[in-house]
Amino acid sequence: MGYKSKKEEKAVLSGLGLILRKGDLTCLLGPNGSGKSTLIRTLTSIQKPLKGSVAIDNRPLESYSQKELARKISLVLTDRNAPGNLTGYALVSLGRFPYTSWMGTLSQSDKELIHYAMECTGTLAFANRHIGELSDGERQKIMIARALVQDTEMIFLDEPTAHLDLPNRIEIFHLLQELAHNSDKAILLSTHEMDMALSSADKLWLVTNENTIQSGLPEDLVLNGQLEKAFSRESLEFDYETGGFRRKSGEFKAQVAIKGPEVLKRWTRSALERKGFKVVEEAYLRIDISGSPDAPEWTTNKDNKTYKTIEALLLNI
Amino acid sequence: MHEAPSGGLKWQSLLLLTVGLILLFLLDIGLGSVRIPVEDTVRILLGQSVGNEAWEAIILKIRLPRSVTAILVGAALSVGGLQMQTLFRNPLAGPSVLGITAGASLGVAAVMLAAGGVATAFSIRQLDLGGSWMIIIASTIGAALVLIVILGISFRIKDNVVMLIVGIMVANITIAIVSIWQYFSDPEQIQEYILWTFGSLGGVTNQQLGALSLIVVSGIVFTFFLSKTLNVLLLGENYAQSMGLNIRRSRILIIAVTSILAGAITGFCGPIGFVGIAVPHLTRSFLNTSDHRLLIPSCVLVGGILMLLCDIISQVPGSQTVLPVNAITAMIGSPIVIWIIVKRRNLKSSF
Repeated sequence: MGYKSKKEEKAVLSGLGLILRKGDLTCLLGPNGSGKSTLIRTLTSIQKPLKGSVAIDNRPLESYSQKELARKISLVLTDRNAPGNLTGYALVSLGRFPYTSWMGTLSQSDKELIHYAMECTGTLAFANRHIGELSDGERQKIMIARALVQDTEMIFLDEPTAHLDLPNRIEIFHLLQELAHNSDKAILLSTHEMDMALSSADKLWLVTNENTIQSGLPEDLVLNGQLEKAFSRESLEFDYETGGFRRKSGEFKAQVAIKGPEVLKRWTRSALERKGFKVVEEAYLRIDISGSPDAPEWTTNKDNKTYKTIEALLLNI
Repeated sequence: MHEAPSGGLKWQSLLLLTVGLILLFLLDIGLGSVRIPVEDTVRILLGQSVGNEAWEAIILKIRLPRSVTAILVGAALSVGGLQMQTLFRNPLAGPSVLGITAGASLGVAAVMLAAGGVATAFSIRQLDLGGSWMIIIASTIGAALVLIVILGISFRIKDNVVMLIVGIMVANITIAIVSIWQYFSDPEQIQEYILWTFGSLGGVTNQQLGALSLIVVSGIVFTFFLSKTLNVLLLGENYAQSMGLNIRRSRILIIAVTSILAGAITGFCGPIGFVGIAVPHLTRSFLNTSDHRLLIPSCVLVGGILMLLCDIISQVPGSQTVLPVNAITAMIGSPIVIWIIVKRRNLKSSF
């Protein structure tokens, strides 16, 4: 399946030549207001491209009827306003809309597909519960199950994790990754969460500062500096080791060296950097971490005292 | 294997509602300013002679059409309200929000206020068939005019909530025209018009009842054919569109059906408020579902029950007085809705 898009709109996004492949989880990554939703709206034919064309299987999008398109692309949105009065099962079964008769009666194969989708997404437990009683994360999984039931080659998700906490975000990304790999679907997901996109995406569509999109493997985009450019701000710098942005440390109080086990060193370093210290290999000021991993102790050469917590250490350094 | 939540309990609820509707229907026929024994009432209804022509006339020519009208009014306005609430995803929407009722009022005002002293409501009623039909035709034309304006605007607007606001504004304009008209009319003419706005279930004759039934029944059947569309609209327009629903066409169909239902009822019985907004909420709370395949028949039943109840109360059993039904629907219904909202708290989660 090939899938190309060229779009231009009052300096929203232009000069795109993108291809979406089956079996890939593609993340559309960009800052807020960079045109991610506009692109998804264009790809799903809600909005017409100002220039260029979108094609599925080398057939232009305009030649598909709305019914045909509903069997090619399913959609999951950020909206929280699902009707609370439906049960999880009833909502998921709405996904069969393009296939059922005028009454919406479900056949045996429809029911099996619904069961399968709810099993995949881990939502079987919510089948008889009302949507209003579910948490945001559970509701979003139900919406993903609904998209699965629509049985399309492509699933587009517009910021599906925007309202969710970290464990729910990880779960949903993981779920989508598995779906893309196991069921050979093309999944496109827009997000502004860089860490999740970097760790889960098979391919990244990165909205750059030049209002176009760079496509590539996440790792390639990190190493060639595109990612840093896309998100760059005056006050931020990209940390190539951790793959995240951090505030540029302007002036630092003092240099400090830390010796000890890796894990403890990492967290001590993060606390010290937040306080304005620069951590280096060798320095006049030194901190030694000793003791067992359950009960670590911090000793500094400033006052030669030993502290039981980082908090106590910071107060006295 | 998880089964779809079984309909067992829901079908029982439907049965319960049907029994309630039949009982209230009989009660409504049995009660009135003239006392008629129960067994004679039943016999008259079964087509047997009881040897009292006055009683037969009262039951068959006055009370029976009146009760059937009550059920039709309740059913039509409730189903119209249900569709509007789903289409606009707004709990305050009802058949009157799009200016349909206001348009019908404009038509009636045009007949009553402009025709001058010759054609006041009383003289129109005395004109029998032709005159009543005149009011009905006028109100339907009024409703249709507003509808055409609204549909015209709806081609340009994609957003249903904006559409709702446009509808409310058009209704306001229509009401303003009526009130200017009233301002320049004679007091007697205004009185006739105001009497009409009180609403009445008793003005529908047996001949008109056939036409009204045909319109209402076909409107409700048509709505039932739209139930899958309405279900998908619950998810919002974006999702509905992504599932292959033609939003514009669905919207035009839904608005058209509602207008015909509400326009016909308003023409025959006056602008009856409250039922269209309240019954869908009552029904959703009662059945705890948003599935229209179940909600539409339930709304028909609950709407019928509520209107029969209001009709019984408006006739003040045991007295000669008849109160305006419009006041009763609001007075009885509003506390029920407040009670349901406070008790169930699931009103808002339906949208």
